[in-house]
Amino acid sequence: MVDIIVFVVSAAIILTGAIGVIAARNPVHSALMLVMTLFGVAVQFVAQEAHFLAAVQVIVYAGAIVILFLFVIMLLGVDKAEELDVGRLTAQRPMAFLAGAGVLASVLVSLLAGDESITGAREVGRAIIGGEDEADFRQIGRLLFTDYVLAFELTAILLTIAVVGAVMLARRVRGEAVDADTYLPEQARRRRIRETPVLLRTPVVETSDDMAEANSGGGE
Amino acid sequence: MEITANWYLILSAVLFSIGVVGLLIRRNPLVMFMCVELMLNAVNLSFVTFSNALNDVGGQVAVFFVLVVAAAEVVVGLAVIVAIMRRRPTATADDLSVLAG
Repeated sequence: MVDIIVFVVSAAIILTGAIGVIAARNPVHSALMLVMTLFGVAVQFVAQEAHFLAAVQVIVYAGAIVILFLFVIMLLGVDKAEELDVGRLTAQRPMAFLAGAGVLASVLVSLLAGDESITGAREVGRAIIGGEDEADFRQIGRLLFTDYVLAFELTAILLTIAVVGAVMLARRVRGEAVDADTYLPEQARRRRIRETPVLLRTPVVETSDDMAEANSGGGE
Repeated sequence: MEITANWYLILSAVLFSIGVVGLLIRRNPLVMFMCVELMLNAVNLSFVTFSNALNDVGGQVAVFFVLVVAAAEVVVGLAVIVAIMRRRPTATADDLSVLAG
């Protein structure tokens, strides 16, 4: 009985949050609704005895990722309401709902069509090395450092690359940024090397010695 | 009545569909990113459900990797959005249809 109550309440929280994410006009409200959904999923993790993942879900998702979202929203000052009704493609919204319904229907049919359980395969027979009562984080840790150690190392590399990439992307380039669409060759000739214009895209111009010099000086 | 794995999987499917719809109807790139997070969470929920139903911890390890990849993806994606928004303060996804500067 308690199982059912926990499931129903957490499912209501999850679905309310999810609908709130896509229906809220203000991005800040969307982010807060996302926190609600993430907490609901964490509750369901606990209900399915994935205690470690529930803690990680709260710490990493709600604690780090959503905060990062809010940080960017506030930093950019885009926390103003968006007109949901205006669309460039008029058929986009009905098509979107159709696509969502299609995904839902295909999954539900495959879930509910058969009488058997999902795969019919019980007890794949891995992992429970230390017995049934061993804590889940022990088992996860053991698997991470034995069977999945290569993937674990690759995630370390991935995180390093992500950090370097984020720093490179968010860095302010030196020199005044110019729009390549409005960047005229005369401006390039006037600026010369000293101001080092940062070309976002190489403009199509006749190659002269001046331009080549300015471009090589400003290449970033 | 008992809570079976199917209940969790149906909830996961609904959550995933909401994420799909949100990704398609919203035009703010930040909100679209949040919808991707919704879809990732739906998949995580079904991973944990299978892990519990089949008595295999491998599903939980998969969720761990999904979390790491999601964190990396959010970091890079938000850096891209910051770089774009710095030049065009009111960028929606429609304005970003051309990748050129």
